Amino acid sequence: MPVKPVLTKDFATENLEQLKVYERAGGYAGFKKALEMQPDELVELVKKSGLRGRGGAGFPTGNKWSFLPKGVYPRYLVCNADESEPGCFKDRYLIEKSPHQVLEGILIASYAIGSNLAFIYIRGEYLPQHDALETAIAEARQAGYIGKNVLGKGYDIDVILHRGAGAYICGEETALLTSLEGYRGEPRLKPPFPAIKGLYGKPTIMNNVETVCNLPHIVLNGADWFKAIGTPTGSGTRLWCVSGHVNRPGNYEMENGTPIRELIEGQGGGVWKNRKLKAFQPGGASMMVLLPEHLDVGLDFDAIQKAGSLAGAGAMVVMDETTCMVDAARRYVKFFSHESCGKCTPCREGTFWMANLFDRFEAGDAKPGDIDLLLDIGYSIDGRSFCPLGDASTWFPRSVIKFFRDEFQQHISEKGCPFKKPVEEAVA
Amino acid sequence: MPLAKSTVEHIKGLAQRYPSRQSAIIPALWAVQHEQGYVTKEAMAEIAEHLGLPSSLIEATSSFYSMFLTKPEGRHDVVICVNAPCMLRGADEMAAYLQRTLGVRDGQTTSDGAITWHSTIECLGACGGAPMMQVDHRFEENLTEERIDAIIERLRQPVAAGGGAALPAAEPAKRKTAPKRVRTQN
Repeated sequence: MPVKPVLTKDFATENLEQLKVYERAGGYAGFKKALEMQPDELVELVKKSGLRGRGGAGFPTGNKWSFLPKGVYPRYLVCNADESEPGCFKDRYLIEKSPHQVLEGILIASYAIGSNLAFIYIRGEYLPQHDALETAIAEARQAGYIGKNVLGKGYDIDVILHRGAGAYICGEETALLTSLEGYRGEPRLKPPFPAIKGLYGKPTIMNNVETVCNLPHIVLNGADWFKAIGTPTGSGTRLWCVSGHVNRPGNYEMENGTPIRELIEGQGGGVWKNRKLKAFQPGGASMMVLLPEHLDVGLDFDAIQKAGSLAGAGAMVVMDETTCMVDAARRYVKFFSHESCGKCTPCREGTFWMANLFDRFEAGDAKPGDIDLLLDIGYSIDGRSFCPLGDASTWFPRSVIKFFRDEFQQHISEKGCPFKKPVEEAVA
Repeated sequence: MPLAKSTVEHIKGLAQRYPSRQSAIIPALWAVQHEQGYVTKEAMAEIAEHLGLPSSLIEATSSFYSMFLTKPEGRHDVVICVNAPCMLRGADEMAAYLQRTLGVRDGQTTSDGAITWHSTIECLGACGGAPMMQVDHRFEENLTEERIDAIIERLRQPVAAGGGAALPAAEPAKRKTAPKRVRTQN
């Protein structure tokens, strides 16, 4: 299936981050067209396009917008640019290459939902990207895309760029809102959902960077055009962040439904060093591992879910035959343990003890019952923690135990990691 | 050390910018760290005063976020990611090399005060260029021992008048006070 780039089609254009260049490439035409439409028409258009949220959950964007209670103002649009999922670097790429595309999407979304104030919450580590957006906002303000009575259409919009300060949990929407309000970034109970009671207790819509980037193209080309790309339940393309043991790691925009094989073996250049593929992980640190037998699964929310994992935020971490799956899982578990906000006990304590157990495996101190103990802790966290961070911390390690239990056994019987010496000499 | 007048003005402006002045806490903490390099209790009390909020609230927020420093560190900040995608491409070896080269342990500052380094399990969003590190918030990707040597040599150069030696000419002046991160425990 040929790749039809939507979001990245102009990324080869030099200086695309500059407003003039972006406009010459057709930029802000989508926003101008949107301003000619009624907000409700835009919501219907996006619903009809089948656009699903690119942040991880894949919830239909138009439906999310229509949950806003009628007649309750002010409303806020928050763009989630707190990309922190290990394995994901697509939002960073989208911002670096075309900050105006992000901004245009935000302006369209804000107009559609009737918001006069939008926020971009960008992770603290992305300082150059923060600065790129800051410059873009200033340019857009100067050009009259942001401000009072935008382009003489009677619409007022302001955009505030807000920088986080190093907390993965703030990618979770309610934690992000808490953080944006100036508190410790702990998640809140849902319901009420942010669409009903979000930022400052007002109706709030949160959309991912990649999600909003699709909007100018949908407005310009129509819902049918967008629906014709991808799969029936997964319109459009997605940016996939390929990393790990491939020859050409990087961001690749792929039409939804394209076999995973085309991403890993085609765009990614295949497994490096002529080695064999052992496993791969779509979605990011949270998601379950898949095996070479899953290479023909389509790059699509539903197809990947059917195969036993989740498409999440579009990471694709590739692991070759020399990978210690126990150590890979250990890194992720330590990450979740480090990033647990501490609000709820299952996540705070559970991730800590999982990390401890994984350290034991790598150090050669694990005992025969420890594999089942890991599973037991996993079951005690999943479905019992306050927010998805806790649940997700267990998915990858449990899937690794399911498919690679013998590696855990080996760590016990050989009193340490059997992969410490890579088989490089053997294959080279 | 009291905050500079420009920082105070900036914080007061932030309080007006948001629908709730409490939302200005994190940007205000950033402003303080920009100016002073780290955030002291006294500075937090000043923020509280300018925002009209209790200082306990500022401290509660500040202590949640790992990027706000509570004490001074080296002139340059080097963070190397060791999460799984980077590990797959040799981040552990690069972190070990960095430690050998700098001669100080994870989280410490070199004796000349030039560099504070630490490894992090928090993905920095450059898995496509792994192994990677962030040097004063700039991505340094596809690390090799030779590249690390070159970067460290650049950082070790004494501070020239008017700016950090590590900064390329094109870098805006404000980057020399780039905010730094607190180390993470792995």
